[in-house]
Amino acid sequence: MSPVMIELFIRSFFETVIMTVASGFISLVAGLPLGLALVATAKGGIAENLWINRLLGAIVNGFRSVPFIILLVALIPVTRFIVGTSIGMWAAIVPLSIAATPYYARMAEVSLREVDRGLIEAVRAMGGNRWTIVREVLVPEALPSLVAGFTVTLITLIGASAMAGAIGAGGLGDLAIRYGYQRFETTVMVAVVAVLIVLVCAIQWAGDRLVLRLDHKH
Amino acid sequence: MTSPFPQAGGAEQGENRREAVVRLSGVHRHFGDTPAIDGVSLTVHKGEILGLIGRSGAGKSTLIRCLNGLERPDRGSIKIEGREITGLSEEQLQPLRRRIGMIFQHFNLLSAKTVEENVALPLKIEGWSTEKRLARAAELLDLVGLSGKARSYPSALSGGQKQRVGIARALAAGPALLLSDEATSALDPETTAAILELLKDINAKLGLTILLITHEMEVIRSIADRVAVIDAGRIVEEGPVWSVFANPRTAITQSLLSGIRPHLPQHVAARLVSEPVGEVVLGVDLSGPDAGVLLAGLSGALAGGFRLIHGGVEHIQQQSVARFFLGIPPASDGPARAVAYLERHGAKVEVLGHVPGHD
Ligand SMILES: Nc1ncnc2c1ncn2[C@@H]1O[C@H](COP(=O)(O)OP(=O)(O)O)[C@@H](O)[C@H]1O
Ligand SMILES: [Mg+2]
Repeated sequence: MSPVMIELFIRSFFETVIMTVASGFISLVAGLPLGLALVATAKGGIAENLWINRLLGAIVNGFRSVPFIILLVALIPVTRFIVGTSIGMWAAIVPLSIAATPYYARMAEVSLREVDRGLIEAVRAMGGNRWTIVREVLVPEALPSLVAGFTVTLITLIGASAMAGAIGAGGLGDLAIRYGYQRFETTVMVAVVAVLIVLVCAIQWAGDRLVLRLDHKH
Repeated sequence: MTSPFPQAGGAEQGENRREAVVRLSGVHRHFGDTPAIDGVSLTVHKGEILGLIGRSGAGKSTLIRCLNGLERPDRGSIKIEGREITGLSEEQLQPLRRRIGMIFQHFNLLSAKTVEENVALPLKIEGWSTEKRLARAAELLDLVGLSGKARSYPSALSGGQKQRVGIARALAAGPALLLSDEATSALDPETTAAILELLKDINAKLGLTILLITHEMEVIRSIADRVAVIDAGRIVEEGPVWSVFANPRTAITQSLLSGIRPHLPQHVAARLVSEPVGEVVLGVDLSGPDAGVLLAGLSGALAGGFRLIHGGVEHIQQQSVARFFLGIPPASDGPARAVAYLERHGAKVEVLGHVPGHD
């Protein structure tokens, strides 16, 4: 690869990382409360409200049932409204976040639902309110599983960010399409794939390590 | 037969004068059509250990959960330290729950918190500073004999140790009442004994009132002052433990007791017939000071002698409670005289049948 190419490669790498981290962060900050709300409002939950539960469930399912590539295009007006443009890395963060939030919300919901009800009961019995239950029981007890789910979300986002390259989002996916696919530069293609594999493995490894450190159940 | 012992009446009067920590009256709780609690009235007195026993599904957990508002009754009155709690909102119940500690069958310790953090959690909820609550947690861990485990996680503890942490946590906020829902049911017999000993100790040392639910009479015998038997959501029998053991009035109580009271041995029971041939087998129940000397007296009164088939005297709350199975030779009026003698001394006597060939 030429020096120009290498520079482009490095820039694309950081674009992918930034897109993944930024939309991952947003999906965590929005998806975790959404997951909590889904668990809390469910039947027998700490703030049971079946109407809200069904409404939230429907919204989450709605977003999750739209294929990402369609969401990408459908959200262009929204993206333009928020970022000012529909092209480039920052623009791609909007659809990525909107797709990843309900995805992570479901993951968080499953993790939180698995917390032993006896623990909630114990904290209620000692006079804790709902907020205490969220802070002292639900989140800490589900934490290893929440982290594992977030790792999966991040990895999914790396893949999705490559797809966002199709609308000129930048990043490694964009690079692979423009040079590797359209201009037949096999080296670029191979390098992109290799870097993506390393990136995914690194995230998975770090996630697994963190889960192990946080888990005191065994 | 009503209890022949003046102590019994005395104790009951004494209890009526004592302050009530819990007073339930006419409590109902239905799930759909099935009544889980069907009109329960029950009082727990200050400083006592009241054991509530019943089969699985009898409504024990539902009842105990009504006391701290985790479950809401459909009807009836629940007074904790004189205060009616049935109308209270969740927010109003929260401070009240801090007056009531609770321990559970499966311990319910938070796996993500260390032992000391678990014990200190009720105090965190009350808004204590970290330093003060960890100091208090250390005191409590000392009380339950787990000082060395403060920084461990619950997963590193044995079942008995976990329940000790549960007890320390339940005591952290200095409750007026401790509720125990099958707290020893997941433990082996030795550990169970140690945990019950600890609870008894705490009851004596701190004067803490304890309401303990269980399906095992053994637990009642080793720790409770009074026992209430619950069946299908109703209290069917209630009284001092020794008196219920000596004289169980309902079939359910008898069946709950059957595991720990002497039985007529199987091989004798198999040979029992109703025709008056051979040795007469008597079941004898007696409690009180006479229980220990009854047989000596009987052998003096019975020229033909008798055979002790099975049974003995045990001591519950310093009361002697005897249960014997006797074989009386059929000769002349032996059996009739034995029954008369035993009944004259206050025993409850049941003629179980005859064993042919034993004469
Ligand atoms: N949340 C509930 N919903 C429906 N039925 C319940 C519920 N909780 C308890 N029950 C029923 O109430 C009865 C008493 O249950 P429980 O109080 O748990 O009994 P115990 O603790 O004595 O085993 C049982 O028949 C049980 O099935
Ligand atoms: Mg139960």
